[in-house]
Amino acid sequence: MGACHAVSVSLTINGTRHDIASDLDTPLVYVLRDELKLKGTKFGCGLEQCGACAVMVEGKAVLSCVTPVEVFDGKEITTIEGIAETEIGQRVQRAFVEETAAQCGYCTPGLVVAAVALLENTPTPDSETTKRALTPHLCRCGSHPRVLKAIKRATTT
Amino acid sequence: MSFEAYPLVSDWLNAHDDRLLIHTGKVDIGQRISTALIRIVQEELSLPPSRLDIAPVRTGHAPDEGITSGSNSIEQSGRAVAAAAATVRATILDLAVSRHGGAAADWKIDDGFVHRPGTNLRLDLIDLIRDLPPDLPIDPGRPRHVPEQAPLPAMRGIDDMVQGSFTFVHDLDLPSMWHARRISPPHAKATLRDIDQTKIENIEAKGLQIIRDGSFVAVAGAGEWDVVKAATSLGLACTWDQGGGLPETDISAQLAPENAERFRVVDGTPQNGSVPAPLDAPDMSARFERPYQIHGALAPSAALAEWTGDTLLLRSHSQGIYPLRAAIADSLGLTTSQVEITHVPGSGCYGHNGADDAAFEAALIAMARPNTPILLKWSREDEHVWEPFAPAMAVQVDAKLADGRIIAFSAEAYSDTHRGRPRPGPNRAGPAKLLANRFRAIAMDAYVSPPNMGTHAGMHRNLDPAYAFPDKRLVKNLVRGLPHRTSAMRCLGAVANVFAIESSMDEIARQADADPIAFRQAHLDDPRACAVLHELDRRIQARGQLRDGIGRGIAYAQYKNVMTRVGVAVEVAVTDTAEVRLDHAIIVADAGRVIDPLGLTAQLEGGFMQAASWALCEEVRWDRDGIMSRDWDSYPVIRFDNVPVIDVVLLNTSDQPSVGAGEASPGPTVAAIANAIYDCIGLRLRRMPFTADALTQAALEI
Ligand code: FES
Ligand code: FES
Repeated sequence: MGACHAVSVSLTINGTRHDIASDLDTPLVYVLRDELKLKGTKFGCGLEQCGACAVMVEGKAVLSCVTPVEVFDGKEITTIEGIAETEIGQRVQRAFVEETAAQCGYCTPGLVVAAVALLENTPTPDSETTKRALTPHLCRCGSHPRVLKAIKRATTT
Repeated sequence: MSFEAYPLVSDWLNAHDDRLLIHTGKVDIGQRISTALIRIVQEELSLPPSRLDIAPVRTGHAPDEGITSGSNSIEQSGRAVAAAAATVRATILDLAVSRHGGAAADWKIDDGFVHRPGTNLRLDLIDLIRDLPPDLPIDPGRPRHVPEQAPLPAMRGIDDMVQGSFTFVHDLDLPSMWHARRISPPHAKATLRDIDQTKIENIEAKGLQIIRDGSFVAVAGAGEWDVVKAATSLGLACTWDQGGGLPETDISAQLAPENAERFRVVDGTPQNGSVPAPLDAPDMSARFERPYQIHGALAPSAALAEWTGDTLLLRSHSQGIYPLRAAIADSLGLTTSQVEITHVPGSGCYGHNGADDAAFEAALIAMARPNTPILLKWSREDEHVWEPFAPAMAVQVDAKLADGRIIAFSAEAYSDTHRGRPRPGPNRAGPAKLLANRFRAIAMDAYVSPPNMGTHAGMHRNLDPAYAFPDKRLVKNLVRGLPHRTSAMRCLGAVANVFAIESSMDEIARQADADPIAFRQAHLDDPRACAVLHELDRRIQARGQLRDGIGRGIAYAQYKNVMTRVGVAVEVAVTDTAEVRLDHAIIVADAGRVIDPLGLTAQLEGGFMQAASWALCEEVRWDRDGIMSRDWDSYPVIRFDNVPVIDVVLLNTSDQPSVGAGEASPGPTVAAIANAIYDCIGLRLRRMPFTADALTQAALEI
């Protein structure tokens, strides 16, 4: 950063505007977790390979572990902490609980975000569409079948 | 063993505010032990789950139950907690009688209260528990009180997990905490020669601290992203002596009798003495292989450490806080009372991953900066490259037949040790098994584990087939000095052994033109095994004709020969590009009395998915310059695009004791997939993983 002026980034996160103090090259996930203390978004690889860090940016699931925060300047971002603000978000969370769609739970926030983004764009996805939407996400505990059931439940209730 | 060592009720159950705290030394690693323990106490004492909690698992406070592994949590902690709760129930009723009269039978325990119907006497259960003598011993003879239909508690933590408020060790955030990253050597043989001094000065000028002890290097600072960037530039500033590089050993050739310490295995137990001669002129002979594989936790290992100048406070996702405490104290010249470790969840670990190593490294960094909490996180690459791997294995199977039946059967397992956990033992076994001790200025050599002579342990777990063959020859071959550090991964040797035995059963049944289920049943004398296979058959029949292009395989095993019995049927298709697609699966399990059916189902499904990933995708690759499997691209794993529909059937054997099931489904899953591939395209895959390349190669070899 040059010393002559402070370039600032502001983000709207879960409906609240934040002026960001972190360096511009900081990947979004570190800004969320460290500066804003929103620890629900997880770090799994830092390589856009596992899906743990997914957040919603203007209706789409986006991985937050590589792209610098400056790229998100002015954007509306929903993290797992804000996902229950929509009816679909609540439905998906409820369905995950009802189907016990988690084991250790580390992949869960990313999967919930991905499921909400999917259902906002495709209200009744077929199973192939759902699987495709979740393929960027890993679960090492093998909760996949329950996650698929949960998303199905969220579309029918 | 748990309650022999901790014989008091208060070792396991304690009133705290208006809740009853359950103490356990077992940590919840996604096997849902905390949910099961809550259910046990809830059933016994009719307390609502909202008034029950699990105490933090912390050294000096929790019972020392060793390591959480091997699906034994329920047998150990569960048995102790159940007996403690049954003792509480009886003693509470006596207390109510002595204080307020009547007979024990006049009092009822319900919804957290002890009351006497027909009166207004209503006593809070937890208040009464507070009044119990602190030295009240557990009476193991107390019959358990099991209500007909206790409501199922929800999985502990699930609400927080879906809301993002479940706290993992990675999420801890203390005032004035610093972040840390380690600088990995290029490979295990390398030693640090030098670090570019200008880079060091640049990093230190930013207020960061570099920690160095021999070839162990780390960087710490207040801002996490600054530390990540500094670690990258510090890594580039290091020059290393290569020490000859990693050996490019042909592991398959190394796993051979001439390199091995050999033991005959009888009734699941290795014996000293001579190994019987191989079968003469077997009718079937085949060798099966599993490569090195990683646990591959979704979250790289992490730990939080603080050195107060006198005490080391650690938070770790280790599966064994007491053994780890001993190993760390010994490594640092501290007494065990100077080290306190609290378990905080990590992501699922599936055995001994980087957790213990990260905890020790966090401690090393914290000792260099007293009074600052240090949160060390491994990178994705650290975890892939430096966690202890599941050892590569080979299993040689030979069989002799007469009249379509197996009359003699031989299985020989080959592998390096599965015991890399930092448990205390001779020759400072604990410290020697902590990774950083190999790199510190006073470096320790890699630990050479003695052979595991336990029953159904290590590589010989499930080497003994479930079948009543008239003649069995089982041999364990421990091969040491292989290139990689190895330790316990979910199921230990059972995966390769069941893969080998159940693929062989399939091959032999086909040669004999027999139905695979009937063929197995004809060799079984265990009625519960036959019942599992019978149910599997019924479910398969109900599916009707197989669609074109789909193949089906089955497999059966009883985990450790004494735990959950599992039959698996898998339907697969093979695409034009030789990819195996999982279409449908059936898992039939007999786990005795079922305490938490949903949890059991999740464990069986989870085991299936992980095993499918081992079977189809996973293999560690390396060359002289280091491990080449460094992330999820270079070490691919199963993803959502290959998830079959899985039907899980739990047989109801409520009169039988509960046994763990977390490790019961993987072995049969791998074998069932191999058998299904054969059924589909006529290729017998004898080496994991069954990738498109492996299928293509097998087709060329026909
Ligand atoms: S942490 Fe972003 S994809 Fe893995
Ligand atoms: S539940 Fe553990 S990684 Fe998905």
